[in-house]
Amino acid sequence: MPQIDQLLETWSSQVFWLLVFFGITFFLIGRGMVPKVMSTVALRDKQIADDLAAAQGARDAADDQEEAWRERENENRAKAQGLIGEAKAKAAAASEKKLTAAQKRLDTKLAKAEAAIEEARTTAMGEIEDVAAEATQDIVSRLAGAKVDKRTARTAVKKVLANG
Amino acid sequence: MAAEEGKVDPMKQFQIEPLFGSNWDIAGFNIAFTNSALWMAITVVLLWVFVAGGMKRELVPGRWQMAVETFTGFIDDMLEANVGKEGRKYVPYIFSLFMFILFANLLGLVPIGLIPGVHAFTFTSHFTVTGVLAVISFSIVLAVGFWKHGFKFFSLFVPHGTPLWLMWLIPVIELISFLVRPFSLALRLFVAMMAGHVLLKVLSSFVIDSVNGGAVFGAFIGVPSMLLMIAISALEILVAGIQAYVFALLTSLYINDAEHLH
Repeated sequence: MPQIDQLLETWSSQVFWLLVFFGITFFLIGRGMVPKVMSTVALRDKQIADDLAAAQGARDAADDQEEAWRERENENRAKAQGLIGEAKAKAAAASEKKLTAAQKRLDTKLAKAEAAIEEARTTAMGEIEDVAAEATQDIVSRLAGAKVDKRTARTAVKKVLANG
Repeated sequence: MAAEEGKVDPMKQFQIEPLFGSNWDIAGFNIAFTNSALWMAITVVLLWVFVAGGMKRELVPGRWQMAVETFTGFIDDMLEANVGKEGRKYVPYIFSLFMFILFANLLGLVPIGLIPGVHAFTFTSHFTVTGVLAVISFSIVLAVGFWKHGFKFFSLFVPHGTPLWLMWLIPVIELISFLVRPFSLALRLFVAMMAGHVLLKVLSSFVIDSVNGGAVFGAFIGVPSMLLMIAISALEILVAGIQAYVFALLTSLYINDAEHLH
């Protein structure tokens, strides 16, 4: 086993060169370069964390704005709804009024027309009585040869008409 | 290479050969630049290239940067989970440890032996190397423990709820288990790496010898051995990662003991 056979002749060289080269490794690479590599990593981690925080902040702000917008929107909608309701009520009231006015006009017209008809009927009725009375006088004089005055004839006609 | 000798020495891959500077000395200790040192250098260079590729510091990472950040993030998470907030300051050390061992383990598996005269060398299969790494980790644990808690650090050897009448036994056991840590840390990595490489070399000698022995041997021993080698190579890649992870994980657990006692 050379490790033991050559121990006496080589150990000092082994130890010396190991200390030299491991020393170079430690001081040059371990202490010189590794901290720089690690600081790069730390820098990147920090950057990522900051970026994430910024993104979160932006997102929160967007959420807030959306919330505010929604509130405003709801308010506007409610306002618009109120306006529409008011306009509707106004329109309904106006048309109601118009309808009532028209109805009244129609009613008066109707009443007038009915009165006119009634009057016409009464006059017609009076004329019929006259005609009937004359006819009665005529008939009586012709059949019975008796003269009936106008008043009696009229009363008789009235009686018959009232019964008929 | 071995085929010419008709025999594979499974231990030859662990041989340390001085490349140059055989007579370099520091205070009487030889510090020749060996193949082991060369592979440490290659490991450091490749690791530097890998991490440097991830240094573009872009906000949106490319693939390479992503890969490097995955590794630093992995170590960071491991320390965060095992040690907590205080664990972050150990990221440079645990990262260096993990990546150094991982690259060393993986580089030892690269089949550059296909090029004649070049051999891969896995320096983590030497306990001189894993031992030094374990001692560094253990020293950090001791230093942090005593610096943070002073002599209260010794309360680590008295777990919560220890009955008074066991006070003579439990701390001793705890002390021994604590002192064994650097050895277990070093030996685990060294043994795992060595065993895998030896097994691959032994199987490869089966393939070569059985094929040399004739078509029948080749078909009945060589082919299954070859298939097994492929499977074990895949397993070794897994082991390379797992052992690096275990070393780093246990070190972070020990650091947790030092930071928080129990």
